[in-house]
Amino acid sequence: MTENTHTNEPHVLPLSIYLGIGSILIFLTAGTVYAAGIDFGAYNLLIAMAIATIKASLVAMYFMHLKYDNKLYLLLFLSAIVFLAIFIVITMFDTLRRGDIYEIKSGAIRDAVIYDSLPADTTTHAIADSLSISTDTTDVVIDTTH
Amino acid sequence: MNKMPETHYLNCKKGIKSWLTTVDHKRIGILYLLSIMFFFFVGGMFAVLLRLELLTPDKLYIDSDMYNQFFTLHGAIMIFLFIIPAIPAILGNFILPIMIGAKDVAFPRLNLASWYIYMVGALFAVFSLVAGGVDTGWTFYTPYSTTTSTSVISITLGAFILGFSSICTGLNFIVTVHKLRSPGMTWFKMPLFVWGMYATALIQVLAAPVLGITLLLLIIERVVGIGIFDPAMGGDPVLYQHFFWFYSHPAVYIMILPGMAIISEMITAHSHKKIFGYKAIAYSSLGIAFASFIVWGHHMFTSGQSELAAMIFSFLTFFVAIPSGIKVFNWVATLYKGSIAFTTPMLYTLAFLFLFSIGGLTGIFLGALSVDIHLHDTYFIVAHFHYVMVGGTVIAFLGGLHHWWPKMWGRMYNETLAKISCGLIFVGFNMTFFTQFIMGAQGMPRRYHLYDEAFRPFHAFSTYGSWVMAVGFCLMAYYLIRSLYNGKPAGNNPWGALTHEWQITSPPPEHNFETIPITDHGPYDYDKVVAKSTLTEN
Repeated sequence: MTENTHTNEPHVLPLSIYLGIGSILIFLTAGTVYAAGIDFGAYNLLIAMAIATIKASLVAMYFMHLKYDNKLYLLLFLSAIVFLAIFIVITMFDTLRRGDIYEIKSGAIRDAVIYDSLPADTTTHAIADSLSISTDTTDVVIDTTH
Repeated sequence: MNKMPETHYLNCKKGIKSWLTTVDHKRIGILYLLSIMFFFFVGGMFAVLLRLELLTPDKLYIDSDMYNQFFTLHGAIMIFLFIIPAIPAILGNFILPIMIGAKDVAFPRLNLASWYIYMVGALFAVFSLVAGGVDTGWTFYTPYSTTTSTSVISITLGAFILGFSSICTGLNFIVTVHKLRSPGMTWFKMPLFVWGMYATALIQVLAAPVLGITLLLLIIERVVGIGIFDPAMGGDPVLYQHFFWFYSHPAVYIMILPGMAIISEMITAHSHKKIFGYKAIAYSSLGIAFASFIVWGHHMFTSGQSELAAMIFSFLTFFVAIPSGIKVFNWVATLYKGSIAFTTPMLYTLAFLFLFSIGGLTGIFLGALSVDIHLHDTYFIVAHFHYVMVGGTVIAFLGGLHHWWPKMWGRMYNETLAKISCGLIFVGFNMTFFTQFIMGAQGMPRRYHLYDEAFRPFHAFSTYGSWVMAVGFCLMAYYLIRSLYNGKPAGNNPWGALTHEWQITSPPPEHNFETIPITDHGPYDYDKVVAKSTLTEN
């Protein structure tokens, strides 16, 4: 098999790199704690996630050796992240937009009468009288255009 | 006259212990064959009993609670214990390593472990059967599954464990295909069966963990009440459906892709014709694998998910039709000017093309958002997925079983009985399920125990069809088992095919090849290489 260029010898990094990356991780953790105390409004989540992503990438690249390993493993790792992202993003198209009302339905809802409380007399006739519409069923025309 | 080889993988070691501790991929394939066919029988019995109950609009012999349990167990057993593992674990295990010229899979012990994990998962499923059954449907939707008093935990734990078996098999195949191909077997000289198994394995490894975590969440929800799916505690029951279908829609392709892989082999071997569009078929397998991950929400059009998400999913769903269509057209084009032999595997192949096309095209109806609103939860859906899963996967599996049966056991089955059985299954299947398209379109809801008198003729005809199918399956069991004792020896290559498995003895020797074979021609080079059938040359 010619594609197997990976050797089984362990890849050893100098201690200084481990310590350096470790320091950056601690620094970024402090950054997360510091940022949590400041209100960035809509950017709160974005900033926290950005720092966390940088930290996770450093761990994967240096501590898990993906930076130096066969690029196939990097591809596998990234593809797992892509699939996770697909799952979360498309699910959020549902969870964030559930209950949204589009133009095709909005007319009927806009024209509807909404009571804060029911009228004292809740019979059909009383409600119809208050809306000035006929209760004679022969006159009722159901509008199905919307 | 062909003769059986003196020693082969079946008789090289003796005793039950040699089977239970074997790491030979062929023997593990046979262990899977026995256990999976047992559960196919159990799931099939539930199907026949269900159809019998539906013969009349009123109660015939079981009450509604029992009816709910029957359809749940039919679905759960057929999906998790039969159709998902069937082709990869039986035929994939047996054939794939030989096809690529390897002596075994990359991790033989892991392979045996996956069978034991399968059996442990199956035990949990059987336990739920005897411990009062389950009545949620095979999808275990919340909130009902978190509140019903039936044995939801044990069967979901079973499915959770079965997922690990699936992952082990998938991982094994990926590494095997990458690392153990024989010299000369480049990616585009691999048989399409291997491509199909590879695409399936990718889905297994990527999707099955999601099922695992989903079912685990469901169990935690039931036991501890964390509220992730409970609106009263800020949870979301529809989120369960997202989790579930993110695995289970790709799982549909875990079921159908191996079926398609088998069809590619059979259609070339039994028409002695080079496959039309090799690369298109290979890439379309990967295309289906990818597309399978972005369409799950089409199972949820009426669940209350946002209209935006429903529109996106409907749009994306149509993309699946493209690679599926590519395959079907390529298979049909392969037949053109081939020297077609109407053997049993070829009959199954033709049946597949017919039934899968109906299943696939009705899938396009259902992928269209507006049509689905009308047809959702009717028998139209039941008919659609049975046309894909039975008409597609099971028919391909049966074809594959007949195609490789002589290789597995070294003996031929009775061709006449096999063709009669194939015909009975084909006719019975269409009687059972085409009827369901009609009554579904007329509004007959699925999963109803009692139904309107107007649907009686349809249900009755559907039930009669299930009996025809059952007779076909019983006949198949008879002649296949009989062939083990007095079938005539098949010789190395009864179909005159070109892939590696047909160049070794039937049954294969313990380690497949004495020396690793060199692949010097493509798997379907029938225009360049002549391979004679060992059946006709005698």
